[in-house]
Amino acid sequence: MKAADFAYRRPADLAGALAILSAEEGDIAPLAGGQSLMPMMNFRIAQPTMLLDLADVAELRGVTAGPDGLRIGAMTRYVQLAADPLVTQGAPLIGLALPHIAHAAIRNRGTIGGSVALADPAAEMPALLLAMAARIELVSLSGRRVVAADDFFLGLYETARAPDELVAAIHIPADASRRRVGFYELARRHGDYAMAGVALTAGGATGQPLASPRIAFFGLSDRAVRATGAEAALKDAQPAGDTLGAAVDSLSALPINGDLHAPPDVKLKLAGVVLRRALAGM
Amino acid sequence: MSGPKLSFDQPNRYIGQPVPRADAQRLLMGRGRFVDDMQAPRMVHAAFLRSPVAHGRIVSLDVAAARRMPGVVAVITGADLVGVVEPYVGVLSHLAGLRSAPQMPMAVGRVRWQGEPVAMVLAQSRAEAEDAVAEIHLDLEDLPAATDMERALDPDAPVIHPEFGSNLAWTRTVNVGDVDAALKGQDITIVEREFRFGRHTGVTLEARATLVEYDPAEDQLTVLYSGQAPHMMQFIFAKHFGMLEENVRVISQDVGGSFGIKIHTYGDEIAAAAAARMLGRPVKFVADRFESFMTDIHARDHAVRGRMAVGRAGHIVALDFDDVTGIGPYSMYPRTSAIEANQVLNLTGAPYVVPNYRATSKVVFQNKTLMCQYRAVGHPIAMAICDGLLEEAAAAIGMDPVEIRRRNLMRDDSYPRTSASGMKLDDLSHQKALEKLVEMMDYARLRENQARLRQQGIHRGIGFVSMVEVTNPSPMFYGIGGAPIASQDGATVRLDAGGGVHVSSSVTEQGQGTNAILQQIVAGVLGVDIARVKVTTGDTRTTPYGGGTWASRGAGIGGEAALLAAQALKEQVLDVAAVILQTQADKLDVADGSVVDAGGGAARMTLSDLARTVYYRGNELPSDMKPELVATRHYRVTDMPFVFTNGAMAAEVEVDVETGFVRVVNFWAVEDCGRVINPRLVDEQVRGGVVQGIGGALYEECLYSEDGQLLTTTMADYLVPMAAEMPDIHVAHIETPTKTSILGAKGAGEAGTGGAPAAVMNAVNDALRPLGASIFQMPMTPARVLAALGRAGH
Repeated sequence: MKAADFAYRRPADLAGALAILSAEEGDIAPLAGGQSLMPMMNFRIAQPTMLLDLADVAELRGVTAGPDGLRIGAMTRYVQLAADPLVTQGAPLIGLALPHIAHAAIRNRGTIGGSVALADPAAEMPALLLAMAARIELVSLSGRRVVAADDFFLGLYETARAPDELVAAIHIPADASRRRVGFYELARRHGDYAMAGVALTAGGATGQPLASPRIAFFGLSDRAVRATGAEAALKDAQPAGDTLGAAVDSLSALPINGDLHAPPDVKLKLAGVVLRRALAGM
Repeated sequence: MSGPKLSFDQPNRYIGQPVPRADAQRLLMGRGRFVDDMQAPRMVHAAFLRSPVAHGRIVSLDVAAARRMPGVVAVITGADLVGVVEPYVGVLSHLAGLRSAPQMPMAVGRVRWQGEPVAMVLAQSRAEAEDAVAEIHLDLEDLPAATDMERALDPDAPVIHPEFGSNLAWTRTVNVGDVDAALKGQDITIVEREFRFGRHTGVTLEARATLVEYDPAEDQLTVLYSGQAPHMMQFIFAKHFGMLEENVRVISQDVGGSFGIKIHTYGDEIAAAAAARMLGRPVKFVADRFESFMTDIHARDHAVRGRMAVGRAGHIVALDFDDVTGIGPYSMYPRTSAIEANQVLNLTGAPYVVPNYRATSKVVFQNKTLMCQYRAVGHPIAMAICDGLLEEAAAAIGMDPVEIRRRNLMRDDSYPRTSASGMKLDDLSHQKALEKLVEMMDYARLRENQARLRQQGIHRGIGFVSMVEVTNPSPMFYGIGGAPIASQDGATVRLDAGGGVHVSSSVTEQGQGTNAILQQIVAGVLGVDIARVKVTTGDTRTTPYGGGTWASRGAGIGGEAALLAAQALKEQVLDVAAVILQTQADKLDVADGSVVDAGGGAARMTLSDLARTVYYRGNELPSDMKPELVATRHYRVTDMPFVFTNGAMAAEVEVDVETGFVRVVNFWAVEDCGRVINPRLVDEQVRGGVVQGIGGALYEECLYSEDGQLLTTTMADYLVPMAAEMPDIHVAHIETPTKTSILGAKGAGEAGTGGAPAAVMNAVNDALRPLGASIFQMPMTPARVLAALGRAGH
């Protein structure tokens, strides 16, 4: 369980990182917090030819708030997200979900950009971004582009990031601070990847009908998925009774994969439970 | 037991006190000396190519490219070890009929389980060794695999060892009384259930590890070995390399947990030792977590159909079951893989009066990782069968589960006696343990709470187990069957000139506090400050010959040997002191490191003064007095095959019927391990054991694909119980010392693991019963609980 041989580069700034990414041959793995990548390398599931350590790239760190919302640097660690009032007020969904993301030791190292770029289907962060209508800022030598979360997560560990791009930042829209938020996951042990989990946001005041709900599940499919059927069922409605039942029923249209510990019908059952419980908490 | 009476409650008598472990501080400061901390000059690292399939024929094995890889010193295949290592066979003569095929450290010609070592690379670093493993070309012809133990005896099942004609390794039936007649009796209620127990493994914090050095000049093999039976391993290395046993030195320093995992003969370690001999260079092998899951022994994996008949008043009339267990393609050497099934037959029903008992176990070969003894061997299965059926029977006749136990437990005043399976029992306290349990858990209030919560749709359940634990084994466990496993242990206690005391013992420390209790016993018996007692364990060259620590024998057997040795040394000290002080030995005692007047009198001379007189100024002693100030005593259990302990445990669980999640809310354990030497250590042994038992009940399982691929190869897939999910575990003791020793200590290491699964299972079923659901498959995962409820997972 030792990583295969790889080259290691640690550029001092963003320009240096992008230059390496565009110029060097081979499979270059940007290294953020390393909490997923390093184990995968040690298992030899991932065998990059080069590790591009972003630890010194100051341009990728820090959180700023503006009229359009938050810009969270990709290298911001979970522990920093939790401690930053800009984040917990500007993106309360993140604050709600953070205690469920892995363990303290992992949160000390793991970064928001690393989780987004990896796109683990069971990770919370992609679903949080979908539910908040967040956007992902990508940067390369050719410039910057911003991709909606809905268009970013393409499949199992597959994203819209091109090989010469880095995830630079996550943009959280300004209305994320005002929307109601819900989160619930079912993990066998605290900090485990969930068997099923859901993140959601909605407009409207507490107790009022859900305005423009956005509902994203994780741990069910090959990626975090929006539950558009459930969103339609709950739109401008109280999440109760037949409406809630219809929203839960609509989940059977989701592309659900079983895993080692739960076949698809169990996942579907649990998806309905987490949706009901997340809504009950709103 | 003869011998002077000891008082265990005087000042400076550490036995029974919650003394902190001396080595805890050292380990917490990072000063542990684990095998992987050790380096040797010219050391190379081993990595293995392992079979990727469950069953296959080796068509070709090409290691040429691997040999050319950077850092590679050698590549050794299974065939290279033919003639170097004598094959081993995991059978014992007292398990009549047990058969297994000769085994080599690495596969020769055929692979029989996924993970079986095929070739070994020795390189300058482990990373380079792994790089080279990837360059070995192994061409395999897939053979049909027998993976499902319940179909391994079918006529069309692939036979793993053709010479045997079937995959049956061993079978035994116990038949006492007349079960068939009893089952036809009047006014009886019969419950019948199918139980399934998943495969577990031990998941030691420190993986299996060895560092082997060979010195050809002296034909000396030195093995640093993370394990629990150094003398057994000494024999095995010597026998299978054709060496003299004294030329093999096995050293087990700090060991990061073992749980029975590290007490077996693994091909990896034997191959590493063979490489050290072939290369004349030190070889280190440390299993990584992948390898641990794939090659550490697995355990449990039983399928049982059982039934119990009870009379109207709840008395057990008959207990009858059939068990099948799959052990992998070989019986593990040298302890064999039939012991767990044997324990299931021996232990099921042992707490109760069972007039008619019939049980059969079939042990079958299959193409999976080998199974063998892991903490609480057979106990969780035996306890779950009997206490699971008992609570089902209680429910069927409308009786409280505590009441049905009261009516069936062996009476505390009825010993010595035998169990239904014929096991000799003595000094047990099932009735006292149950009553203490009921009191400590406030049972009546819990039932009220349960009923109130049910009104709110919260499904709590309360489950019990009354259990026995096999501890302090005599030669009847292994030695009688020809195993190179000592059932006796020894201790040497020495007084040095400075007044310090050295203990050397053949039992071993693997993190549970063996060294601490040896220190307590010797300090207490001798009458010295515990800080002046140093303990050495785990070295075949410097400790007395013995069995090591397993089957909960360290305290009961190793502790008694230490007590006897300390007593003998004390007698010497008093004899010398009597001469120097011109009095009689029986008028003197030792306290706080000094010879004192007996009966709490004044200090007369320090032990250091006495020892200096003996060692430096022997001229002051009479010429015919030749004190040694060192004493060795050995001890084995002679009156009983095993010294059983007993306990009563209860779990309170909450079942989320929407998700199938089970939360253990509370756990209570009353344990009677005889004399408690260190309550702090015993309590934590019980708690740790309970946690492992909860792991087995709810979380842990080695899952395989149908074609025999292990799917749970990381800590993310194989779920060990974690602190956040664990309940408060309330522990209480009853002390019924065993009459087989002065110390009176029985074992305490496995009770929690043995009892907790049954209690948790019974609690889950108690919660599910109003919903008309039940579950008898462990681990009780959310998917299985939902399936039991008919809500998903069919």
